[in-house]
Amino acid sequence: MAQQPNRLRPFFENITYEREDNELVLNFGPQHPSAHGQLRLMLHLQQEQIVKAVPDIGYLHRGMEKMAENMIYNEFMPTTDRMDYIASSSNNYGFALAVEKLIGLEVPRRAKVIRMMLLEINRLMSHLFWLATTALDIGAMTIFLYAFREREYLMDIMEGYCGARLTHAAIRIGGVPLDIQPEFLDQLRDFLAKLPQNIKDYEDLLDENRIWRMRMEGVGYISKEMALSWGCTGPMLRASGVAWDIRKEEPYELYDEVEFNVPWSDRGDNFARYRIYMEEMRESAKILYQCIDMYEKCERDGETELMAHAPKYISAPKLDIMTQNYSLMQHFVLVTQGMRPPVGEVYVATESPKGELGYYINSQGGPYPYRLKLRAPSFWHTGILTDLLPGHYIPDVVSIIGTTNIVFGEVDR
Amino acid sequence: MRAYKPKDDVQKKPYYTDRFWVAPQVPKQDVSTDEVFAADLAALKEKFEVLDAYIQVEQMVVYIKPEDNFEVIKFFKEELTYDQLSEMSAIDWLAQRGEFEIFYQMLSMNKRKRVRIKMYIKEDQAIESVEKLFRSADWSEREMYDMFGVKVNNHPFMKRILMPYDWQGFPLRKTYPLEGDEFAQWYEVDKIYGKEARDIIGPELRDTARIDRYDSERFARLGHEVPRGAPVTDNDPENPQEYQEESGVFMIKKLKKESSVIVDDPQR
Repeated sequence: MAQQPNRLRPFFENITYEREDNELVLNFGPQHPSAHGQLRLMLHLQQEQIVKAVPDIGYLHRGMEKMAENMIYNEFMPTTDRMDYIASSSNNYGFALAVEKLIGLEVPRRAKVIRMMLLEINRLMSHLFWLATTALDIGAMTIFLYAFREREYLMDIMEGYCGARLTHAAIRIGGVPLDIQPEFLDQLRDFLAKLPQNIKDYEDLLDENRIWRMRMEGVGYISKEMALSWGCTGPMLRASGVAWDIRKEEPYELYDEVEFNVPWSDRGDNFARYRIYMEEMRESAKILYQCIDMYEKCERDGETELMAHAPKYISAPKLDIMTQNYSLMQHFVLVTQGMRPPVGEVYVATESPKGELGYYINSQGGPYPYRLKLRAPSFWHTGILTDLLPGHYIPDVVSIIGTTNIVFGEVDR
Repeated sequence: MRAYKPKDDVQKKPYYTDRFWVAPQVPKQDVSTDEVFAADLAALKEKFEVLDAYIQVEQMVVYIKPEDNFEVIKFFKEELTYDQLSEMSAIDWLAQRGEFEIFYQMLSMNKRKRVRIKMYIKEDQAIESVEKLFRSADWSEREMYDMFGVKVNNHPFMKRILMPYDWQGFPLRKTYPLEGDEFAQWYEVDKIYGKEARDIIGPELRDTARIDRYDSERFARLGHEVPRGAPVTDNDPENPQEYQEESGVFMIKKLKKESSVIVDDPQR
């Protein structure tokens, strides 16, 4: 078929020369393979050096906050998957926790343990994915294959739990929908037994690697003041000398019962962030081992509840729905009309793999949130590129974008 | 007659609410119940006018006057060691009270406390940028302008951030429908093909829940599908898909198209 003529003029050359000041404007993205999705950067160059960087976002904007205002609370849960789609359970969790805080729900202990396991699995998946893609951007193909292999095991475990590999929707407001499958713990133990050796393999390949260190050390330095001012959180903040981990400082779920360290560094460069990701994987494994013990203790103690008991907000267990008329009626109302949380507002921050994932919910007592603001960490980790990139050289752009670990589902929402 | 729908808030509404239903409230505590917050609030009250203050879900909420926003946030940052501006945005109350509510969500790491500083502004009232205090406000304020049309003074680069630069309308306002307004329907058609192609292409359908049964495959050839794998020509005959089970439906004889007669004269 003949090509449709349109008004978009072909734009083959993306380089503009400015004659007066010898400055060159380079358009990086939005289709660049190392732009991690849909980042467009307008880079002003003097020779190879960047003098000004203007990140341009919005290419993946779907208006999730608007969608939330037109959906009942449970309906919005699968939409949160599409924010940080590398670790979607952590988004589900943040939303579930915010609504639970709003209505004042207490989640049963067994559900908490399962949620923690899911969260840490997601953290591992995200960090492995980060390692794979960043190393690939810098040219290390082997690491990419290794890390994706390990991530695949975790995705299989997640698939066994909830049936999905990326968009899990594995957490519900008030608990979790399912108990873990019988082989879950064994699969997880197998994975965790191999993980230390895997991480060591990555480190053997990268830590003393001349190219890796040259691309990482002293590149992308973020001072403590800059990180705080730009609202950096998570590994970005911890690499700049602030040991702030929400799991430790404002513990949610059972994070105050598990032992783990918060790796941090005051170097502030790409290499520091790389080291923090590696150490965090070890800490996640530590947490997962403790979660397995906690889960087995729940089983011994006969704690089988998976969803909170709050008939006004949460449907009764399936058995009740099928046997008791009133439970069925409540379930019908909750599904067709949705729960109506009390009038009020809440801001809840959780430590997602990327940083502080916050949900601000303003409820006016209706089944739809009046306003829902998603505080996604990657948004500011993209913004900081404005101040971070000037002074660096073009190849550093790729490694800096890599270590900021931005995901565009989350930046644009 | 068409049912009346309010124009100032076109978001989804519950279709049924019990007449005797009263919404419960998330409990608010007095600020004096938390000594850290109480000390912060006392220090704040010495310098600025505080319209309201309470604690809700472990966080202090402080209402201030919109003219004070820069100075109050500076005070929180420098005197009260709230070292991060986690988030800021607006809430649309135009339909109820003709105002926007602006909130700043702040975090103090050494106190391990979060506060929310809030203020009401009129629809056309501009606020002062806090970008000089927190660089993170640079992008938050741009997003707020993009989504609500709240103008911010002394901002270094007050442009839209998520929507295209030449977009019209503010998507997160309650008056803006979920599917987009008329401008949104024609935006891409006008931009790519020009206004004269409007009649040929038609408006963009932004209803994401719309299901077209031809949509899964060959969506560009509605009603003119060919069997899978068959070559596509420019003038395939019209081929409406009709659903009929292979062995017929219980009690209904299978309709044979070939043997049926098309009646020209309905009065026959």
